[in-house]
Parts: sequence; structure tokens; C-alpha cells
Amino acid sequence: MAMSQIKEESAPAASAEFESAVSVKNITKNYGDVEALRDMSLEFPRGQLTSLLGPSGCGKTTLLKIIAGLLEPTSGTVEVGGKEVTDPGPDRAFVFQDFALLPWASVIRNVAFGLEMRGVAASEREAIAEKYIKDVGLAGFENAYPHELSGGMRQRVGLARALSVDADVLLMDEPFSAVDEQTRRKFQEDLLALVQNENKTFLFVTHSIEEAVYVSDQIAILLPRPSRVSEIIRPSSFRNKGVDNIRRDPEYLDIVDEIWASLRSYVE
Amino acid sequence: MILFGYRLPGMSSLLVWGLLWEIVGQSGLTFFVPPLSEVTATLFSIIGTAAFQKALFETAYAFLVGVASAILIGIPVGILMGKSRLLDELLLPWVNVFLSAPLTALVPVLMVLFGFGMKSIIITTALFAIWIIILNSRAGVRQINRSLVEMAHSFGASPVDAFFKIYFWAALPEILGGVRIGIIRAVKGVIIGQLLISIVGFGALFELYSANFLMGHFWAVLIVLFALAFTISEFLAYLERRVAYYAAKR
Amino acid sequence: MQNRALLLKLLSAVLLFGAWEIAGRVPVSFAFPTFLESMAALVRMTLDGTMLTAYAETLKPLAIGVAISAFLGIAIGLWVGLSKFFDWLFSPIFIVMQAAPLAALIPLLVLAYGIGLTSKVLVVCIMAMPVIVLNTSGAVRNTPESYKEMGRSFLASDLSILVRIIIPAASPVIFAGLRLGISAGFIGAILSELKITPTGVGDIITYSRSIADYPSMYAAIFSIILLAVLFLNLLEKIELALFKGNERGYVSD
Repeated sequence: MAMSQIKEESAPAASAEFESAVSVKNITKNYGDVEALRDMSLEFPRGQLTSLLGPSGCGKTTLLKIIAGLLEPTSGTVEVGGKEVTDPGPDRAFVFQDFALLPWASVIRNVAFGLEMRGVAASEREAIAEKYIKDVGLAGFENAYPHELSGGMRQRVGLARALSVDADVLLMDEPFSAVDEQTRRKFQEDLLALVQNENKTFLFVTHSIEEAVYVSDQIAILLPRPSRVSEIIRPSSFRNKGVDNIRRDPEYLDIVDEIWASLRSYVE
Repeated sequence: MILFGYRLPGMSSLLVWGLLWEIVGQSGLTFFVPPLSEVTATLFSIIGTAAFQKALFETAYAFLVGVASAILIGIPVGILMGKSRLLDELLLPWVNVFLSAPLTALVPVLMVLFGFGMKSIIITTALFAIWIIILNSRAGVRQINRSLVEMAHSFGASPVDAFFKIYFWAALPEILGGVRIGIIRAVKGVIIGQLLISIVGFGALFELYSANFLMGHFWAVLIVLFALAFTISEFLAYLERRVAYYAAKR
Repeated sequence: MQNRALLLKLLSAVLLFGAWEIAGRVPVSFAFPTFLESMAALVRMTLDGTMLTAYAETLKPLAIGVAISAFLGIAIGLWVGLSKFFDWLFSPIFIVMQAAPLAALIPLLVLAYGIGLTSKVLVVCIMAMPVIVLNTSGAVRNTPESYKEMGRSFLASDLSILVRIIIPAASPVIFAGLRLGISAGFIGAILSELKITPTGVGDIITYSRSIADYPSMYAAIFSIILLAVLFLNLLEKIELALFKGNERGYVSD
């Protein structure tokens, strides 16, 4: 599994080396007197997966929802593909932590929801939805209802829904936190393949250090009180060694240890 | 509701409605709605009268006796149903029937069996309240966590100890929930009983006022009744919240 | 085990009706007919058409009242659930109505609207509407936030979010509110026939009591309770079938 664009040693100069798909500029978000995010700036390279990693309360989900246009920042701007955005748009698709599947709708209707809202004709959107249902490995479950599926299968539906609208940017809010450990590992492997095969930019919120290091091209470590980006890590050597070898690669292990060392003091 | 950055209390809109009432009343739009100020004045003038106090006393008496019997019979029956499968299967269908049945239809039967008096009203009140109390007590006993029961066994609690120190408390939130809904139903039951057997309590008062077109008096009594009912219901909800804090955590 | 449950249901019916029969034979009161006498009266009144005409009369205010309450109640409930201002303005009214013994309004309604159909429909409405409004507004308010966020992030319009997400998500609780409202409506319909003017089933009850034809009186009461319970059970079955897999919750009275 060879990556087409292999990036060697990282640097703060990442934004200069890579074209940004999403850039966050001086975002501040206050809830009343509580400061959730303070003056945060971050670049997300096109075609890569960037993780937002941090302890709970560091504002990573808030930042993701601001990028999605679901929350309004108190100040600062978000640019997607060079254009400033304030509302949800066709250039971004969201994968929810709790799946957010409509329980009264079948799998195919859930997957086709985004297309339906875009005014795609019924026959066309069903064809597209069927393709993506097959891609995520749920062929045969088109007419099943969410309550008939396991947690892992439900998130596959959520993923198919986000893929089917063909947005440039996929926003994933702790997508694997509600599924069991084995399923999560399978998801992580599938996600790596997805990043490679689809020409999309992935923003991935997680609280698992191992998960972030395993799937990411770039890891932004967020620290709380006040919320800030403390570090950006770009793993360089293990991405092209195959999914089975990543977890015993020395660099992988070093990065995991390094991140834990910097986060340790923030765990209550 | 936030107005000019100031958070309005939950029930404050009732003041707006009171003002609207006053305006409609003052405008003389309809004979049936006198101004709120007039109704309030009437309220204070009749609250001390013998007729009003008699009605209040009779109603409170019927209500309290009815509720007390519903609780005293309902909780043990519910607990027994929760414990015994045979009893449960024999009684549950009927409890469910009477829970959703229009009990007003039974009042005429009570009238011919128990006479046009207090006894029928008390039984009506109890009938309105008892079924939900039974059902909730049963549900409370049935949901007791098995590991609590096993814990009691393993620490050597006697059956009596286990009942009073564990089962009763474990089922208490559900039982109290049932009692609260039962009491709210009993308020409605006692008034329905008095309306149909209209020679006692507020039923008699309503007959008197509407026969003489005393609208101010009528509304004054309604306000007292509604306020009492609302206070009772909120007070019980408050009590329930104080106990229910551990119900969610089981 | 299926058999045991059915057997016990039958046994419990036999026990209750048997006790009724024995109590009637003793008799515990001159006004307490036996079960068999009452059932004979029920069959007789059903066959000679008395019941049919009576129910046509009784169900009219009930059906009109429930239809008005459902339409207005769900509309107001949606409105209250969607707007913080209307929530503040209207919720207290319905919360008080839900706790209050609204039956006390009947004498006033009779004064204002006479003893005709209008008053009876209004009685059904005031009994049925509060629970429908409160259930609807509560369900709308409790629509899971992530469903709404999902709608917005996939570019649904406000109308689409209401029609495609909020209303379907709320419908199990709205339906439960309708069922509770109909249950209260039955109480109101019978109350108005007994209190305002004896018509329909209320007429059979009142008339047969006045001529001491107790079997007919008990038969009429038995029939209305049976009808209400069967109808409400049917609604509950429909509810279970319709909303399988949706999470369910109730705002109870």
C-alpha cells in the first residue's frame, strides 16, 4: 500500500508546503463567560487526514462543528477551498458520533437523505445510495431499519450518507467511539484505504491517542483552558509500510508515547 | 424566555393572561367573563362565608378519605402483584381496563348503590386514583435490581429487614410517581363526583351560582379550585424529584 | 406458556363476572342486578337497535371534539415546541389545565352555550386538548439535537427539518398524547351526557335508573366501558406496530 504523496519530515511550515483545503483563522468561541476556543488558527492539507486530538473539554468537537457551519464562532473565519463559510455547505459532509440516523427511515433512505435535500431525483439518488451502501459493505441491508443493525453497521450507514453527497471535506466527530474495539480496528483500516482512494480531505476528532496516530497524516494536539493548538505532529515513516505493520513501527510507538507524555498532566 | 437579557420566570406569562382577562372583562364583551379585579374582590368576600367553607371542608374530606383509601389499598395490592405471578396475571387485565375506562360512567351505579351523598363521592375519588397507584407500585417492585436482592441475601438480611430496608426504598420512586398521578386524578374525580351528585360541596355551590347567574362568584371558586389543584400537583412533583434522584442511577 | 396466559385471563374474567353474578343473586342491593340479567339486557338493546341509535348520538360530540382537539392541539403543540416565546406564553395555561379539574367549567359552558351539541363538544375539547398539546410540544422540544444538526449539515431547509425530521421524531409521543386525549375525551363525553342533557348512552343510563330498570342501566355502562377500553387498546396496538424501533416516551398526566 504505497502512498502517492509521501511527505518527509514535518514542520510548522506545513501550510507553505501543502495546499490547504480548510483553514481556520483566529477562531474564538465563547459560551457566555466560558471561553471554549481562543484565537485558534489551523490549516488542513488537501487530500490528507488531520486528527484533532485532546482531552475532553479542549474544544475539538466545538471546532469541528464551527467548521461544519453548525456553530457560529464568536470571532474569526473558516475558509473551505479558499472561500469563507458561515453555514453548512455542499463542500462538507459530517459523520456523527451518535450516528444520527433517522430511526423511521430505511438504510437506503438514510443514505440518500443528503442527496434528497439537494434535490436529486429519486431514481438517481437511490442508485448513488446503493453504490455507497455496497462500498461500505452493507449490500443486502438497503431496506433494513437502523434498530435492526449493530452499532458498527449503523456507523457504516452514517459514513455512506456522508460519502454519497461527494463533498470535498469529510468532518468526522469521534465516529468510532460508540463501536466495539474489534469493529473500531476494522474501521481504522478501512479509513486508511478511503483516504488513499478518495481524493478528499478528512477532519477527524478523536480522544484516542493510538487511533489518531494510526490513521492521521497530521495530528493537531489541542490543550484546554485556554483551548489552544499545542503541537502539530506529522508522522513520516510508517504510513507506507502496510496497515499490519503500523502498530509495531518504532516511530508509531514513539509518537504515541510522546503525545501521552504531553497530555498526561491534563487528565483529572 | 429571555427578554432584554433578563430571564423571565416560567409561570410569569400567567400575569399577561390575567391582564388580558381584565381587559376582556372591562370591555364588557361578554356577560360570562367579569373583570379579574371584580372576581378577585368576590373571591375575598366569599372566602370567609360559611357556604364556601362548608364546600371546601366537604371536598377536602371526600378527597382526603378517597386518596387515603386508594393509597392504603393500592400500594399493598401493587406490591403483591409485583411479587406473585399468579395474582399478577389474574388482576393485571382488570387494572389496565379500569385505568383507561371512562370511570364517569360508573358514578350512576355508585349513586344507586351508595346514595346521593358523601360515600359515593369518596368512592368515585378513590376509583379515579387507585389504578395508577397499583400499576406503579407493581412496576416499582418488578424493576428492583436483582443484584440488590442478592446483596441483601449475601449479607444475611432477614426477609422483613430486606423488605423494609431494601425493597421498599428501591421501589419508592415508582410508588411515589404513582401516588402523584393518582392524586391529580383524584382531584378531577372528586369534582366530577360532586358535579354529578350535585348536592354537596362545590357541586352544590356551582348549582347555586349558575342558577343565580353569579359569574363573579363562579370564577372566584374556579380560581381557588384550579390554584389548589396546581399547588398540590407541583408540590407532589417537588417531593418526587427529591426522591427520584437515585431512580435514574439504578 | 401462551396457553397459561390465556387461561389465566379467562379465569380472571370468570372470577370477576362470577362474583358479580353471585353478588346479584344474594342480592347485595335491590339496585344490583346479576351479570346474566345485565348481559341479557345488553343483547336485547343491541338487537332492537336501541344501542345503535344511542351510540350514534354519544359518539357525535366525542368524534367532533376529539377531531378539533387533535387538529388544534397538535398545531398549538408544534408552535409551542418550536418557539421559545410561545412556549413561555402558552405552556403555563396548558400545564394548569392539565392539573386542574376542568369538569368544573361545565356549568359555565352550559350557561354560555346552552345544552346542545356545542357545549358537549367543548367539554370533550377541554378534557382532551391539554394532554395533546403538552405531549406534542414536549416531543418537539426533545427532538435529539444530533438529528437537527444532521439535517442542517446535509443542507435541509427549515421546512424540511420540521417535516422530515422533527415531526417524524415526535410522532410516537404525539400519538401517545392523542390516545390519552381520546381517553380523557371519553370521560368528557359521558360526563356531558350525564350532567348537561341525557342523550345517547347517558339517556339509557339516566332513564333506566329513573324507572328502576337496573339491568339496562348496568348494560349501558358495561357497553361504554367495553367500547372505550377496546378502542384504546386497538390504538395502543396500532401505535406499537407503527413506531416499532423508535424510542418512545410519554408525558403522563
